[in-house]
Amino acid sequence: MFLNQFLLFAAVLFCIGVYGVLTRKNGVLVLMSIELILNAVNINLVAFGAFNGTIPGQVFALFVIAVAAAEVGVGLAIVLLIYRNRRSIDVSEANLLQG
Amino acid sequence: MMALLAAETSVMTNNEEWVANVFFYVIAAVAVVAALRMVTTKNVVHAALYLLVVLASVAATYIILGAEFAAASQLLVYVGAIMVLLLFGVMLTRAQIGHEDDLDHDQKWIGGLVSVVLFAVMTYAVTDQWGRQTLPSDRRVQRTQEVADSIFSTYIVPFEALSLLLLAALIGAIVVARRD
Repeated sequence: MFLNQFLLFAAVLFCIGVYGVLTRKNGVLVLMSIELILNAVNINLVAFGAFNGTIPGQVFALFVIAVAAAEVGVGLAIVLLIYRNRRSIDVSEANLLQG
Repeated sequence: MMALLAAETSVMTNNEEWVANVFFYVIAAVAVVAALRMVTTKNVVHAALYLLVVLASVAATYIILGAEFAAASQLLVYVGAIMVLLLFGVMLTRAQIGHEDDLDHDQKWIGGLVSVVLFAVMTYAVTDQWGRQTLPSDRRVQRTQEVADSIFSTYIVPFEALSLLLLAALIGAIVVARRD
């Protein structure tokens, strides 16, 4: 098996995630696309771990999973707060900090 | 005799490689189609379910790569916990569940252009650097015990920092989302 096939699979998922982050207006959908991006990074880490035959790739993938869990918790809390204050989770309308 | 044995093992390995390749391409195709549907569908709940398919496919990819503990964590944390959290987010922030037209920006082509260019650059860089490398054919499953030994010896400080980060994130989420 080529290393490249895993890296290209991860690149496809990463770019689809970037497309989702850039085009979606709904805050929850933006968070889902970010999960896609983090998963693509994890595939790369695990693939390089298998390529080198060493453990740290998998360990760092686990760290990224934990950070993703923290991120989605805080992100959803922020989205809920925006919804409560603005009655909408359209991220293009969340411009309170715009000068 | 030894040569015969070695030849037989290598044939077995080639066979297994072939099967793993077929599985990988099927799983990758499913994941890519589900991911594309996720970022284009008009229904938020359907997007969450497509994300579920992608996450399960990624867990299957980990199994192909021999990272069993990462695959188990992926299923437990993503499919089990984060999906439920996202569905709760959908439920708490939306009045109606169903088809919705106003989910995307008007200028989608800019996002498409950016991601296509990004993909071209990444493909070039990755293929240029690792285009001919293969995974070692004698690679083995990375045991959970080795992962645990590694986390609790070499990476103990990042692990503790991560525990603190999770605690801080949970407290922060509660404080932000609480009604006062």
